[in-house]
Amino acid sequence: MKHYPIPRLAAKLLLPVIILFALYVQFHGDYGPGGGFQAGVIFAAGIILYGLVYGLDSARQLCPPWLLQLGISLGVMIYAGVGVVALLLGGNFLDYNVLDPHDPVHGQHLGILLVELGVGITVAAVMITIFFAFAGRRG
Amino acid sequence: MLAVTALALARLHDLFAIAMLSGIYSLVSAVLFVMLDAVDVAFTEASVGAGVATVFLLSTLALTASREKTVPRKSLLALVVVVITGAALIYGTIDIPPFGDPDNPIHHHVAPRYVHDSPQEIGIPNMVTSILASYRGYDTLGETVVIFTAAIGVLLLIGGKRRVSSKDKNE
Repeated sequence: MKHYPIPRLAAKLLLPVIILFALYVQFHGDYGPGGGFQAGVIFAAGIILYGLVYGLDSARQLCPPWLLQLGISLGVMIYAGVGVVALLLGGNFLDYNVLDPHDPVHGQHLGILLVELGVGITVAAVMITIFFAFAGRRG
Repeated sequence: MLAVTALALARLHDLFAIAMLSGIYSLVSAVLFVMLDAVDVAFTEASVGAGVATVFLLSTLALTASREKTVPRKSLLALVVVVITGAALIYGTIDIPPFGDPDNPIHHHVAPRYVHDSPQEIGIPNMVTSILASYRGYDTLGETVVIFTAAIGVLLLIGGKRRVSSKDKNE
């Protein structure tokens, strides 16, 4: 792809927009359509576009494998961790009402935000990992 | 249009075209979900089905051949099984309550409770998110673990580059 300036420029212009849109979908999931899953996939799509246009090695520099492997498990851990914290605070597993002792609705907000963040991190890391695994076999 | 795409998918033997067509199929079904007012589902279908899944299919094609192996013999047993299964499914749809009827059981079980209580209990405008992340929190945790497991499976099967390179060093 080194000799195709138009896709390279288009990817460079699109990439920030895609990442920004992913973050918007992630944190605006409470109010509009979307959530952690979609945001993770869009984020991964941005990185995959970068990898397709600029080569796998530069994409690997952007998202090193240790970071991805950390992300895969970190997301699940955030999700389950919210549940365990709720358990420790005296509620049921994944009962977000107890996260804020004064206002259960606020606790729900916090819980949903954290859980969606966990889903988003895991999904993005998993999608990028699978892409790297497939594309990396060619060489 | 969905049916046309599906028929074309079944008839084709060029795997590259099949990969692209399956992306189109996902996009068309995303439009269908939008028409059914299921925006969240449509969003997922468009990003996963039409976007990432197509990229994965294409990168798999780059590793394997791009033509399907043709099977010369057509099996009569397969046709019989497909016809019986299809007939059973169509027979099953006779018992399904009519589409869009407000008296359907789905509108009288937990859905009214979600619609009435979730603004007070959860307090966020997108009800789909509050159901997914809070009322059905266990399910979503399970889904996340499924994706986690998928990544581990892929890494175990084809991500084993490190071991090869260390073997090269030893030799």
